[in-house]
Formats: sequence, C-alpha cells, structure tokens
Amino acid sequence: MFKHYFEKIHNVEVWPIISLTIFFVFFVGLMVYVWRMKKDYVEEMSDIPLDDDATIILSDFKNENH
Amino acid sequence: MELQQFKYDNKIVKYFVIATVTFGLIGMLVGILMAIQLFLPEANFGLQFTTFGRIRPLHTNAVIFAFVGNAMFAGVYYSMQRLLKARMFSDMLSWVHFWGWQLIILAAVITLPLGMTTSKEYAELEWPIDIAITIIWVVFGINMIGTILKRRERHMYVAIWFYIATFVTVAVLHVVNSFEIPVTMFKSYSWYAGVQDALVQWWYGHNAVAFFLTTPFLGIMYYFLPKAANRPVYSYKLSIIHFWSLIFIYIWAGPHHLLYTSLPNWAQSLGTVFSIMLLAPSWGGMLNGLLTLRGAWDRVREDPVLKFMVVAVTAYGMATLEGPLLSIKNVNAIAHFTDWIIAHVHVGGLGWNGFLIFGMLYWMIPRMWGTKLYSTKLANTHFWIGTLGIIVYALPLYTAGVVQSLMWKSFNAEGFLEYPNFLETVTQIVPMYMMRAVGGVLYLAGAIMMAYNLVKTAKQGSFKAEEAAEAPALEKKKKIVGGHWHSVLERKPIIFTVLTLVAILIGGIIEMVPTFLIKSNIPTIESVKPYTPLELHGRDLYIKEGCSNCHTQMVRPFRSETERYGEYSKAGEFVYDHPFLWGSKRTGPDLHRVGGKYNNVWHFNHMLDPNSTSPGSIMPPYAWLFTQSIDLDETAGKITALRTVGVPYAEGYEETANDDLMKQAKEITADLAASDIEISEQAEIVALIAYLQRLGTDIKVKSNDQNP
Repeated sequence: MFKHYFEKIHNVEVWPIISLTIFFVFFVGLMVYVWRMKKDYVEEMSDIPLDDDATIILSDFKNENH
Repeated sequence: MELQQFKYDNKIVKYFVIATVTFGLIGMLVGILMAIQLFLPEANFGLQFTTFGRIRPLHTNAVIFAFVGNAMFAGVYYSMQRLLKARMFSDMLSWVHFWGWQLIILAAVITLPLGMTTSKEYAELEWPIDIAITIIWVVFGINMIGTILKRRERHMYVAIWFYIATFVTVAVLHVVNSFEIPVTMFKSYSWYAGVQDALVQWWYGHNAVAFFLTTPFLGIMYYFLPKAANRPVYSYKLSIIHFWSLIFIYIWAGPHHLLYTSLPNWAQSLGTVFSIMLLAPSWGGMLNGLLTLRGAWDRVREDPVLKFMVVAVTAYGMATLEGPLLSIKNVNAIAHFTDWIIAHVHVGGLGWNGFLIFGMLYWMIPRMWGTKLYSTKLANTHFWIGTLGIIVYALPLYTAGVVQSLMWKSFNAEGFLEYPNFLETVTQIVPMYMMRAVGGVLYLAGAIMMAYNLVKTAKQGSFKAEEAAEAPALEKKKKIVGGHWHSVLERKPIIFTVLTLVAILIGGIIEMVPTFLIKSNIPTIESVKPYTPLELHGRDLYIKEGCSNCHTQMVRPFRSETERYGEYSKAGEFVYDHPFLWGSKRTGPDLHRVGGKYNNVWHFNHMLDPNSTSPGSIMPPYAWLFTQSIDLDETAGKITALRTVGVPYAEGYEETANDDLMKQAKEITADLAASDIEISEQAEIVALIAYLQRLGTDIKVKSNDQNP
C-alpha cells in the first residue's frame, strides 16, 4: 500500500535542528512561565482537590438513608 | 453569587469499581495459570483454548483494559465531577460507556481463546472489536469534554489535563495502529508490513503504556494523593512541567522496543535519546507525589491508603528509572527478549497501577457508602502480602533474565557457543519461573482480601447514589483579560485539547513519515517473494496459536545470535509480512532462520510432542493441529486482501491459488509418508510446516542460484 514516494527528503539534515529548536524554545518558555507564576494563583490551584468537600451538604448522608 | 445545587453521580463510579475488582481477580488468575504453564505445560488442560499462546493476550488485555481500564474510568468519573464541580455531562453517555466497555471485554474473553487475534501486542482484538473500542472511546471523550464545558470551577486542575491527554492520545494511537484489511468477520491483515508495521505497533505499544497505564493514573495520583494526605500537592508548578514534558517526550520513545532490529538506525537512536530524557519528567512527577506527604509521614504508618500510594509512586519511580536504562543500547542488548522485561512491566503493573488502584478503592468505597473501612487490619495485611508478592514475582525474573541472556551470549575458549542448545538456557531458569508463580499467588491472595474487605465495607454502610453538592455557576459573560497564557489555557478546554493533540502528533509524525516515505530506509531484496497460499495458511495458524508470544523472528546482528541462528535479519525480508511477527520475548528460540534447519518429520514430531525431539522442553504439545483442517474457502479472500495492501500476487491468482496449495501440501505429506507418517493434506500441521520451512530462506535462494 505504502509506495516509496521519495528517494530522500530534501534537506533532511535540518530536521534534528528544527526539532531541537522546538523543544528548547518550548521548555525554556515553560520554565519561564512557571517561574513567574503568582503565588496566590498557585495556591488556589493546588487547593482545588481539597475544596470539594466544603460544598457538599454534610447533613445529606443522615437525611437520605433510604 | 447564587449557589447552584446539583448531584454527583456515584452509581456509575460504583459500577466501574465492581468491574475493576471482578476483572482484576480474573486477569490475575489467568496470569497465574500462564505462569504455571511455564514450568508445567500440562496446566493447559490439553485444551487449545487455555494454552499459553492463546491466553497470554487474554491476560494482558484483561489486566490492561479490564482491570486498569475500569479503574481508570472509576477514578476519572469520581474525581472529575468533584474537580469540576459538575455532574457528568450525560448519564446516558456514562452508561453507554460502561456497558459498551464491558461488552468489549466480553468479546475479548470469547475471541482471544478462540485464536482470533491480530498478534499485535495489546492490540490483539480483531477489527469489529476495534471499531467498537473506537466508538466507546469517543463516547467517553464526549462525556468528559462535555463535563469540562459545563463545569462550575473556572480552572482545570492538573488531573484534568492528564485525563484530556489520555483521551486524545489513546484515540490517535488506537486508530492509527488498527488500520487493517478485513478478510473474514474475525480475521484481518495489518495495513502496514514488516518494519513499518513494527514501528507503528511499538509506537502504539509504548504509548499504550504511557497514555493508558501512566497519564490517567498520574491524574488519579494528583487528585487522590492530596485527598488521602489531606494536603495540597507539593508543587503545582512542578506538576505543570511534569505534564507538558511528559506528553511531549513520551510519544517519541517507542522505537526503544526495536533496538538492534531491522528498524533504520536513526529511528532507534531517536527512541533511545527520548527515552533517556523521559527520566526527568517521570522523576519530577514521582518526587512531587512523594513530597506531597511531607509532614504527613507519621500517617503513612497507620493509613493503608497512604501505604499503597507510597509504594505505588515508588514503583512508578523505579519503573521509570529502569525504562530509560533499558533503552540504552548496550543494556538493551542484554535485557531484550528476556524475562527482565517481564519483571520490569510487572513492577509497573503490580506496583504502580495495582497499588494505586488498591489505595484509591480503599479511600473511595468508605466515602461513597458513608462509612468506615470494614477492617484496617485486613487492608494492612493486603498491603504486606501484596508488597511481598511483587518482590517474590520480580526478583526471580530479574535473575532469570540476566542468567539466560549471559548464557545465550557466552562463548567457550574454542570460540564456539558455550550453550549451543537453547533448551539448556531454559531449564536453567525453570526454578525462577516457579518462584514467580508463587509471587503471583501472593499478590492475588491480597487482592482477594481486598475484595472481601470492600464488600464488607459496602454492606455495613449505605450507598449514596446521588451525592448532593452546591457551587456557584461560572459567569459566562464575564470577560477575563490577561493572566498568563497557561491560566488562559486552563479556562479554554478545547484549545487545551488541541494543543495536547499537537504536542503528541509531532513525535509520531517525525518518526513515521521518513520510515514510510524514504526508499533507502527499507532496502528491498530481490529474492524476497510473497508467501505461497499454503504458507499463508500456516502463517495465519502461527498467528492464531500465538507462537510469537514465545518465539521471535528477529536475529539481531550479534555474533552470539548469528552463530546460533544464522544470518541476521534484514529490513527487506519483511516487506510482505502483514502483520510483522518479530515478537518481543524468547521463551523459545528465534525462528527467523528455522526454515530448512530441520526436516518435515522433525517438525511433525516436535509439534505433536515437543519432548520427543527436545527433552525437557516447556513447549506444550499441539495435538489439535493434527486433527483440524485449514479452510480452503478462505484462500481466495486472503490473497485478495493481501493484494489490496500491496503484496504483488498476480491478478486472478486467487482463482488458482488452491491448486498450488494442494500441490505443495502433497509434497509435504509425501515426504512425511516416506517416514511412515500418514496425514491429510489439509491438516493444519501441514500448512504450519510449510510456513516454518519457508521462514528466512528467501535470502538463501539467491546464493543457491549462483552455486547450483
């Protein structure tokens, strides 16, 4: 099914360089972003899983035992 | 702000939990049966349906898709509703998802023992089931994205990102790897051949581990671990880096399953480099998990939930250290094809997935039933017996792997193989196989204790199918300007999903495009010809019986292997192999050069009673191959299907293929008759012998022509 379309890809040598650049830029960007994150925002985010119980109506368990 | 009242759906979680425990026990039991067969082949009860080659995929599919899969859905449905402060998008979709998934598992339980398999690891299910999986997976995806869209929590917590990445990537992997051309209702040929098929398969296989066994459970870790420890995750910043680097890098690492094979070298190197890079995000995640327990270690001593989770995260750390090490070529040269790999995956499977699931269940069940765990003591016993089980399972196999590999590679002073008979290297490690089975039994015993404990817990509580909650609605109109790009992303789930897709596609595309499109990557060999119709039937029997679960067809370019097996395997030899059958484990010897090595009578006797030709062999007898016949009506369909995917059978050959088939079968039966063996031309064994005798002989044809 898959015929061999090309003898070779033109300028294949630049592929690794492009890949490296993509990774480098992405990860540097990620680090910079994470480093500059605001403390209260980070705290708010990490508290999300612990939040949920607060909203549950606790008396519910007792009332609906049927 | 006005509070909206709504209810969490616990019933769907309960059902997924029941399925998790049920299939977990079944999957582990099948595993133990296989483990026993490795030192006691008679444990197949003399039945084809329960023989190693058929139930190995049953075990892997049961534990991966039924046990871990259902646990993933239970964890996702429980945590997602609470993290997003919303009920699941659609109850109907939830139930279609649940029952659809269980039907798929049922189909697997029926078809795999019957030998209906594609032979591609963790993707063995045949094409109609593949389509069903796609549909159900999309149902899951719609339900998940829908829930995210109607959420009441503006930001998506990191666990949700891992769930999204899981959905997107598994969808891509499954669809790409399942391209196959149907022959009959439960038989298909892979669209890809040889090296390309291998690359696609291990891109899939590796990332099934990454995105089915890892990312969803990292999401589960990031939710349930803080819950159980009752403190926020150690570093939310680290979790962001963990997420993006993990999904960015993981997808590239697949070729490390194909080191020293016929895969082009550049692709192998790419796989190695990215596998080593993977260590960083994996350990970042592990440390993040463990450090979440800072200041709470005293509770780990008492709380079985935390105990299970600590060992799970530690096992994750060990497996993800070992993975990159195994991807280094010279370590891989020793470990690949041995039991080392089996030990490695079980540290991940039993330790990481199993223990995280156990911890999650021990935490979730008492809460959903509004009670306390029935017996903490029993849970602690489960923890210790399970931990012991993992150790007793893994250590003997590590030993077995290294011992056997060194025996394979050892030469004597005269320059000959020290152990020229493969069987010697097997009988040496049989005691380790016995110990491994004991480890499995211990682990299962612990899981049974858990099942009992959970049932008792449920009995003493009362199940809360609908759990009321309230939260303010998200203000739709309010325009939020600014913030960092990532906080913007967290508010826009669709863009987030697309970016995730882009991140995982880059790696796959860069690896595959050149392998598929550049001619020099798969040099063709002129003497390599398509299989004859009889060989084709034989090959399909090889697939049906799952021979590739124990035998490789890939002679690596090492002196120890070319001495033992013959010329190393070339990429061009596999161009008509739909699917490729390189295998991943050598419980028995490599078969790529077995063609012509023994005579037909040897193969006949060997398949009838392996011990008659190879005393001490742990291969089971294949008595049914001598009574069952191949179906000549299928020949034409096979030829046509293969022609569709590019095998150059002449136009109209399907009409006359059976004549060729009978001619070749008669040659074999005549040869057998000369040794006083009577067998029908259509017996399965005849086709299998034809295939085995063909294996790896194509490149010899040329030299025969030159020196008649």
